[in-house]
Amino acid sequence: MSAVTTTPAPSTAESTSVTVRSWKAPIAFAIFTVIGAALFLGLGRGGDTTYRLSDGRDAIQLPALILPSYATGIVAVILMAAAAVGAFLLVRAARKVPLWLTTVFALVFLLGFLTWAAAGATVPLVGLLAGALTVSTPLIFGALGGVISERVGVVNIAIEAQLLAGAFVAAMIGTLTGQPMLGLLGAMIAGALVSVILASFAIKYLVDQVIVGVVLNVLVIGLTSFFYSTYMVDNPELFNSPDKFERVAIPLLSDIPVLGPILFNQTLIVYIMFVLVPTVWFALFKTRWGLRLRSVGEHPKAADTVGINVKATRFWNVLLAGAIAGGGGAFFTLAAVGSFAKEMTNGAGFIALAAVIFGRWDPIRATLAALLFGFATNLQSTLSIVGSPVPSEFMLMLPYIVTIFAVAGLVGMSRPPAASGKPYIK
Amino acid sequence: MSNTNDPKDAALGGAAASPSAKGHPADTAGAEPLTPETTDAAGAQHGASDVPPPPRSTQILKEIFGGSAAISVLAVLLALIFGGLLIVMTDEGVQEAAGYFFSRPADTLRAIADAVGGAYAALFRGSIFNYLRPDDLVAAFRPITETLANATPLIAAGLGVALAFRVGLFNIGGRGQMLIAAAAAGYVGAYIPMPPVIHLIVALVVGIIGGALWGGLVGLLKARTGAHEVIVTIMLNYVAFYLVSYLLRTEGALQAPGQNNPKSGPMLETAVFPDLLGPQYNLNLGFILVVLATIYVWYLLNRSAMGFQFRAVGENPHAARVAGINVGSVYVKVMLIAGALVGLAGVYQVLGNFTGGFAAGLDAGIGFDAITVALLGRSKPWGVFFAGILFGALKAGSYTMQAAEGIPVDIVLVVQSFIVLFIAAPPLVRAIFRLPTPDSSFRWRVPSISRTKEAAR
Repeated sequence: MSAVTTTPAPSTAESTSVTVRSWKAPIAFAIFTVIGAALFLGLGRGGDTTYRLSDGRDAIQLPALILPSYATGIVAVILMAAAAVGAFLLVRAARKVPLWLTTVFALVFLLGFLTWAAAGATVPLVGLLAGALTVSTPLIFGALGGVISERVGVVNIAIEAQLLAGAFVAAMIGTLTGQPMLGLLGAMIAGALVSVILASFAIKYLVDQVIVGVVLNVLVIGLTSFFYSTYMVDNPELFNSPDKFERVAIPLLSDIPVLGPILFNQTLIVYIMFVLVPTVWFALFKTRWGLRLRSVGEHPKAADTVGINVKATRFWNVLLAGAIAGGGGAFFTLAAVGSFAKEMTNGAGFIALAAVIFGRWDPIRATLAALLFGFATNLQSTLSIVGSPVPSEFMLMLPYIVTIFAVAGLVGMSRPPAASGKPYIK
Repeated sequence: MSNTNDPKDAALGGAAASPSAKGHPADTAGAEPLTPETTDAAGAQHGASDVPPPPRSTQILKEIFGGSAAISVLAVLLALIFGGLLIVMTDEGVQEAAGYFFSRPADTLRAIADAVGGAYAALFRGSIFNYLRPDDLVAAFRPITETLANATPLIAAGLGVALAFRVGLFNIGGRGQMLIAAAAAGYVGAYIPMPPVIHLIVALVVGIIGGALWGGLVGLLKARTGAHEVIVTIMLNYVAFYLVSYLLRTEGALQAPGQNNPKSGPMLETAVFPDLLGPQYNLNLGFILVVLATIYVWYLLNRSAMGFQFRAVGENPHAARVAGINVGSVYVKVMLIAGALVGLAGVYQVLGNFTGGFAAGLDAGIGFDAITVALLGRSKPWGVFFAGILFGALKAGSYTMQAAEGIPVDIVLVVQSFIVLFIAAPPLVRAIFRLPTPDSSFRWRVPSISRTKEAAR
């Protein structure tokens, strides 16, 4: 008996060690260290970078943080090189490069880059981070919708469509009723309706899910642009001027320096997001619902065998995913901009999709990825005001290049839910 | 794995062009004021899908019978009905008449007929034949050439997407490949003077190479690292967009000297695609190139060893690897060729369409339209060709529709996506029209990317 049980054990240990010993992380670290050294030291810039930590209105005023640009660059490069060596040693010892090391590496690189790019200027840190959160919020909603949908086994390329439909309906209903809450509700229903098409075509008619997703994106762009041109352009006050959600400052918490005004002086939709991310994580990994959902996405046949209704589970959870993404779309029209415009999501759904994959189909990691992308996008607008040596186009490119690096390097071997994209035929 | 049916397929597809102009009155009578270009494309699909069953496998036999001509015609019909519904919903005349519907219902019906009939008549005038100008033959026949001109980049890009499809790769990177190809060709075309014919050829080749490299990068990443091509192509679209935007506002790169707008200088006369039918029509050499590209893709897929490998990988990468095919190298090759084909669309945009100088929006959504074209054409070269012409007709007609009837051009996107949705789901169309099911196990099949995911390494 013992012989039988021990024989498979080494083989599995061996196979895991083979997959774990991936040199991608140290190589990526090394590449970024070299880039950092070239920029911060090779093209080093003198002067100081000032980080303004408080706004004039804040209750607690912090002094500005002043970093000498060149020295900070040296420290950043040393830290990054150390992290790269550490990662190299870890991989050689057949161990994983932990997530925190990657996070710290990314933060050091970003700080070094920011200090280099904004040398001789002042960076309003609070504004930068708050703006990043604003850009990230719809991405996070979209990414959560994507995670749920893909975990249950339906590839969701239609996040863009769900966001756009949500944004449109939120503006329309928000204006007609004068109630942003109803607008948000309408956005969730709109996102769910997009999901109904996705789910019924993918689950009932067994059409390739990527195809349905791509077509849905085109369809929703067409529909919203058509109704925008026919209704909203001529009568904006009737159809396209919703009341925005007011910012609500949470007492005490919003007075925390730096973080307070960023996190706790926000609109309702952002607070919903704060609750939603841990809820989705908990529900996915700690509840019966989540177990069933993941089993359907990983091995539908096994799930069916133990009595889980695969098609119904997929259908309702894809609907739920659509409702979440649609709610995120409402953020565009009810919180960020205040009116609908043609194709206003502008590819946010695809960045959310990238966040899902970058985040390895995990709600927390996907949220972090969405935050990173939102930060990089917002960094560009801040730096273009400050006047940075990097052309703004290259800054805007950054999230996409990082994603390609990540997909090819850091998470190249990431594994989607096993049955994602495959229809289940009994 | 013989492919004896495919030349017939292509021949029939080609032959279908002429009879299709007469339309299929039996299919379309009395349902909706159908315009001929819809029956035109439907006829094309009729030709493409009504071929004798292939000996390859029963699966494909089922597929071809399942996606029968009736389904294609009905899908286009349904999409036009949906388009009509949208038009009716937003038409002011209809809304006015509906206000007193219960006292005079005939008025509402007449208003509906006016709105839909007017819209589709305008679509016809803009895409096939302008019957309002019978005295002026040039003006009367210009719409059909506009249709072909609009179809040219759609077909080229559609071929690129379709070819990748056949290998099981989803090439969403049309926009990026077009932009890079256009930037490369545009630079040569606008700023490097050369003798007449040589200039055109060099610009064309440089542009196509640009597109091929941008596409091949995706194949390389997929083959080497297993990076998911959907993500990589989406990301590369944005990288290309910002890269070209940067070049367009940098003097010495693409920006016209002495200009402030992010726009290139005009193409030199020697690099512009020559007109086929004289200066009064927009049809140019690009259309011939696209016909040649279609023939090439047909030859590649059905007659060459490389195409055999492509299809084998598309059917089952595991089996292909076992059979000794280097799957990674197939991914690189197919993305190089797909990028080149999409690149041709980009080159057409700068050397044939926006010859006065181009901006970063030169792709005009063609990169994404190409996906629907490839799907409607079922990833077959001639299918893509006729799907491209149908969508080119919709595009050409939509401008007349907007000018004459005030219907936003965006309706084309809606009709386009409805067509693809209905084509993609034959059981749905059958359920709507209560057609018999030819085989309950039928499923429209495109090499699904899910199958290639595991084959990445």
